[in-house]
Amino acid sequence: MMGFTRQNAGGRATLIVVFGFLYLPIAVLVGLSFNEAGLPTVWSGFSTKWYGALLGNANILGAAWNTLIVAIFATVISTVLGTLLAIGIETRRRASNGLEALVFAPMVIPDIVLAVALLSFFSRLDVTLGLHTIIISHVIFDLAFVCSIVRARLKHFDYSIVEASRDLGASPWTTFWRITFPVLMPAIVAGALLAFTLSIDEFIIAFFTSGAGRSSITLPMQIYSMIRFGITPEINALATIVMSVSAAALLLSQWLNKDQLR
Amino acid sequence: MSFQATRPNLLAAPAIAWLLAFMVAPCLLILGYAFFERGTWGGVVYTFTLENFERVFDPLYARIFLNSARIAATVTLLAILIAYPAAYAISRAPKSRQPLLLFFAVLPFWSNYLIRTYAWIVLLNREGLINNVLRWGGYEGEPLSMLYSEGAVITGLVYNYLPFVILAIYSSLSRLDMSLIEASRDLGAGPIRTFLRVTLPLTLPGVAAGGVFVFVLSIGNFVTPALLGGGRFQMIGNLVYDQFLTANDWPFGAALGMILIAIMIVLLTLQARATNRAAGTVREAER
Repeated sequence: MMGFTRQNAGGRATLIVVFGFLYLPIAVLVGLSFNEAGLPTVWSGFSTKWYGALLGNANILGAAWNTLIVAIFATVISTVLGTLLAIGIETRRRASNGLEALVFAPMVIPDIVLAVALLSFFSRLDVTLGLHTIIISHVIFDLAFVCSIVRARLKHFDYSIVEASRDLGASPWTTFWRITFPVLMPAIVAGALLAFTLSIDEFIIAFFTSGAGRSSITLPMQIYSMIRFGITPEINALATIVMSVSAAALLLSQWLNKDQLR
Repeated sequence: MSFQATRPNLLAAPAIAWLLAFMVAPCLLILGYAFFERGTWGGVVYTFTLENFERVFDPLYARIFLNSARIAATVTLLAILIAYPAAYAISRAPKSRQPLLLFFAVLPFWSNYLIRTYAWIVLLNREGLINNVLRWGGYEGEPLSMLYSEGAVITGLVYNYLPFVILAIYSSLSRLDMSLIEASRDLGAGPIRTFLRVTLPLTLPGVAAGGVFVFVLSIGNFVTPALLGGGRFQMIGNLVYDQFLTANDWPFGAALGMILIAIMIVLLTLQARATNRAAGTVREAER
């Protein structure tokens, strides 16, 4: 009995240290974003003025708008393609190693390599770079993640209800919309939310496929150039907003897909 | 005989086409570029050459390669050493609390990479939080320069990839058959011996999966060395970036990218083999 409690206490201490390591840096940023002085040297009182400063910054607002457009289009396309892919793979009679590798690759390929490959590809074909090329590129990894979440759900899917529906005379189309789709819905939405966050946060591939000029700068690119200029209180505020959006989307995604965990 | 079962290939086709057109084709294109010469003013001249790969052995670049590999190996080792106890603690927590703990361990991984890296600039720089805390604590010397160092890059990489390693090791631990551990204890092995002879070998697939992932992403990393290393020392990712955006030597950049892909494929293959072998051992043990 003693040994058990001691082990438990050790486990708790480990978790406190590791969670501290994971969350302290983020907590510091969030805290500083509300610091009147804006710098870690002194706390001069609670203030939201750095958030106000963001609203007056046309560059940041423009970049945020571009990010939203990219993320929405990439999410919609990748959710449709990724879901169909998941159903396609899971209902194949034979597993195919080549197909598995193809679908796994976007999740592990170093992003710098995919970024330069896409830049080479688009310029070889004389495609003008812009938001559309960022969207095309983001769909690549977004669809892989959507697919893996929907597949996890399909593994527990009871295909006999599909057969029952067909036996009772429903068309394939009706069966899909009335049976398969509602069952998969939580996983599809969870996948879409993950795709959305990945797209909002992606930097390197967007950087290489956006082309020159301000017109297609996304928020991560804007943040990167601000960081290179040095620490400013605005970055802390911006970082807090971006992380809150990601965290909200992920919490929602997790909550929708929570049956999966049990 | 359902809608799905009749035309699985048709459903998968659009996504497969997308991946072939926008991932496989571009990668094949730069694989091709890697064997061509660079034009005098940039661009690619279609004359076959192996020079781009030979240049990797040039001491200047070989040093960057070895440095990157050393940093990535250090990051991998540290991440595993921190993640294992954390994953172990989560797997020993009450069953009802495990999903939540795991979720919060992985949450930072899905949030903005740039911002998580930037957070370390705020902590480590000369006017940063750590130096301020030291000053409040009575330290009166020169502020420590922790930023723009190898240590900062390693810290940043460990920080960013730790959640994934925790997840990978946890998934191995949660599938562990507890009766094997009890059997080992009943047969008189102590906790340490049981851990080293039973738990650890059985969870090595998770360690390998997490480790390979961290190594591959660290060695090809571009953002962390650029921001926390201050551009003072380069890793392969930065070298690829430079060839494409500043040096305008696409064939050499393509060759470097292909070497990264080759490293990734070799490590993933080794990991898959190790996992299969471990699965075989378990089956044998159960027989």
